Amino acid sequence: MDPSRVDFPPGPAGAPMDTMTMLDIRNLHARIDDREILKGLDLTLNAGEVHAIMGPNGSGKSTLSYVLAGKDDYEVTEGTATLDGEDLLEMEPDARAAAGLFLAFQYPIEIPGVANMTFLRTALNAQRKARGEAEISTPDFLRLVKEKASDLGISQEMLRRGVNVGFSGGEKKRNEILQMSILEPKLCILDETDSGLDIDALKIVAQGVNALRSPKRAMLVITHYQRLLDHIVPDVVHVMHQGRIVRSGGKELALELEASGYAAYGDAA
Amino acid sequence: MPAVQETVERVRAIDVDQYKYGFTTDIESELAPKGLDESTVRFISAKKNEPEWMLEWRLDAFRRWLTMREPTWARVSYPKIDFQDLYYYAAPKAKAGPKSIDEIDPEILKTYEKLGIPLRERDALLGIESSGGSKVAVDAVFDSVSVATTFKAELAKAGVIFCSISEAIREHPELVKQYLGSVVPVSDNFYATLNSAVFSDGSFVYVPKGVRCPMELSTYFRINEKNTGQFERTLIIADEGAYVSYLEGCTAPQRDENQLHAAVVELVALKDAEIKYSTVQNWYPGDAEGKGGIYNFVTKRGDCRGDNSKIAWTQVETGSAITWKYPSCILRGDNSQGEFYSIAISNGYQQVDSGTKMIHLGKNTSSRIISKGIAAGHSENTYRGLVSAHRRATGARNFTNCDSLLIGDKCGAHTVPYIEANNSSAMFEHEATTSKISDDQKFYCLQRGLSEEEAVALIVNGFVKDVLQQLPMEFAVEAQKLIAVSLEGSVG
Ligand SMILES: Nc1ncnc2c1ncn2[C@@H]1O[C@H](COP(=O)(O)OP(=O)(O)OP(=O)(O)O)[C@@H](O)[C@H]1O
Ligand SMILES: [Mg+2]
Repeated sequence: MDPSRVDFPPGPAGAPMDTMTMLDIRNLHARIDDREILKGLDLTLNAGEVHAIMGPNGSGKSTLSYVLAGKDDYEVTEGTATLDGEDLLEMEPDARAAAGLFLAFQYPIEIPGVANMTFLRTALNAQRKARGEAEISTPDFLRLVKEKASDLGISQEMLRRGVNVGFSGGEKKRNEILQMSILEPKLCILDETDSGLDIDALKIVAQGVNALRSPKRAMLVITHYQRLLDHIVPDVVHVMHQGRIVRSGGKELALELEASGYAAYGDAA
Repeated sequence: MPAVQETVERVRAIDVDQYKYGFTTDIESELAPKGLDESTVRFISAKKNEPEWMLEWRLDAFRRWLTMREPTWARVSYPKIDFQDLYYYAAPKAKAGPKSIDEIDPEILKTYEKLGIPLRERDALLGIESSGGSKVAVDAVFDSVSVATTFKAELAKAGVIFCSISEAIREHPELVKQYLGSVVPVSDNFYATLNSAVFSDGSFVYVPKGVRCPMELSTYFRINEKNTGQFERTLIIADEGAYVSYLEGCTAPQRDENQLHAAVVELVALKDAEIKYSTVQNWYPGDAEGKGGIYNFVTKRGDCRGDNSKIAWTQVETGSAITWKYPSCILRGDNSQGEFYSIAISNGYQQVDSGTKMIHLGKNTSSRIISKGIAAGHSENTYRGLVSAHRRATGARNFTNCDSLLIGDKCGAHTVPYIEANNSSAMFEHEATTSKISDDQKFYCLQRGLSEEEAVALIVNGFVKDVLQQLPMEFAVEAQKLIAVSLEGSVG
């Protein structure tokens, strides 16, 4: 990113000096149909860091997450994006997942007839296979799911139901975090995971996310509200506007935005 | 990849040559001369050492067949079949009838092994109690002749007769005379009549009064000889209060010429009896241009002849170039029940016209139809169903649910329901949906690390779950694998 725009040094206090760049996005342009949504976006995320992205509706936050995950409605016209030095944009979506990129969807998708449990296991084994690892054994898998599900307050009954079928808005979001904690990705992108969560669920989900914070993992948290960032405290906050990061700062930037909104960025693009 | 381009490539990439079971076995066959006339019918009957009455039955059918025409109402198209250019009988060159498995041609055993049905392993497959405590008996039909029948002894102990239809004609003529053609009359339709004239073999089951058949009965069909029509004939009778579950599964070797298959299956359920008939069908569907696949014109019908009887058809159809098949129930007894659960998958250039008929004749009869059609590639997949209530069928009820799933945009799914209610108290419900695998669903799966083919297989398995659940365990697992295999190449 343009260093002149950074008014707070990234990286948690006391982070090792040789911070590893995990996600590196430069001058990214992407369009859908004939409409350019991302217009030269720069963003660097180091291992161990949590960055928040805030920005008005329609500024392109979800688009960024889809482009990184490889949704094929979007066409990248310019720029680069690498994950641990590997060219993300060249990889198929499933290869990106196996490389450790996880997207918690703003609107999780329903898959009728496929038990949540089956889905989890198929996904985990597919990623293991792609990485040349052996499939997880049934007892190990059951133990893992049971533990993670109970942490997130997800019932056995929900595990047996079709993927996201008939789940409430909040249950869908919790289910995304369940998948994330089982797949243990190295880059977690959370797209408005807090929307639709009640106060208690917000805490549970935040706990789940915080449990995954690690020096080897990076997180990109897309949100509109400070309340999530009270629980998941970010190292850096970015403001996205009209397809670009227009400002970056420390966690207090979120508080500032909450107070004054995005009016100041009206002509920033 | 942009969506449109992907779709184009996906369609191009369809390669049904991946058919797993395309091989032939090297066994000399004893063929009837090519073509069909009275002497062919006499040849077959003689080969089977049939009694005079059976020959007459066949000849009667043959004479009727000469006056009939091929039906054209189904939504399938294919070059005209030259019925004089087919062989109507082929038997593996038999030494004396095999007394034990060791006498069976090793080539045949090998074929079964390739299919994953090793007879050598039948002890495990059949004899040893599996986890569910269930046993399976296999009456293996190789080409047209039963080469091995297992577990007869244990079945005999229960009084169950399970043998080839040829053997039943010789050993149990009174049962065969009473029931053969009583569900599917000799002159029912062009293919059934042809079958009646030239059927070469098939299975026969009789479960006596009050007996619950102690194991699932299973037959594996193979088509092997070049240009040989296959005309199986199956007859299953559940006497009063009896229960039987019958499994049928098949695959066939790859061939250039189309192979005709016209089986007839008749089920009779007497008072309080229940028959479950499950099929997993995976015949060669043809190559990438749709050439060389099996033509499958089947007549399957069950007669709920007694009060409180029940017949359930479950089918997983993935193979054949052309499928013309409507397993049906005649609900004659009061309170009788008919069920039809179907998964029909078409890919490449396959054409499927399949469905069921539920004919409500008795009082308070009920039927249930769950049909899941999946079309991919350039295929056409039609559900055709009839639900009818006779004017005396007071309180008849039907529930039909008919869902179609399209993969790609070069295929078609069609639903053709016919409903005839001649009794005002009949309650018929019909639900139908057509959907596509959504790009969002696929992307969601890919994002979690599934490959595109795994994603499609998973979503399709979810789509067909309600039907898979109806299959016996042994078959459900096999069917699930088959679904994935048959959709290979349906995504780019
Ligand atoms: N399929 C599409 N066709 C045309 N425009 C689209 C399409 N998908 C998204 N857009 C547009 O792209 C812009 C960015 O959308 P995006 O969903 O990325 O915004 P966002 O920042 O995530 O907004 P929100 O905060 O409301 O979730 C919007 O103006 C949206 O209308
Ligand atoms: Mg969004």
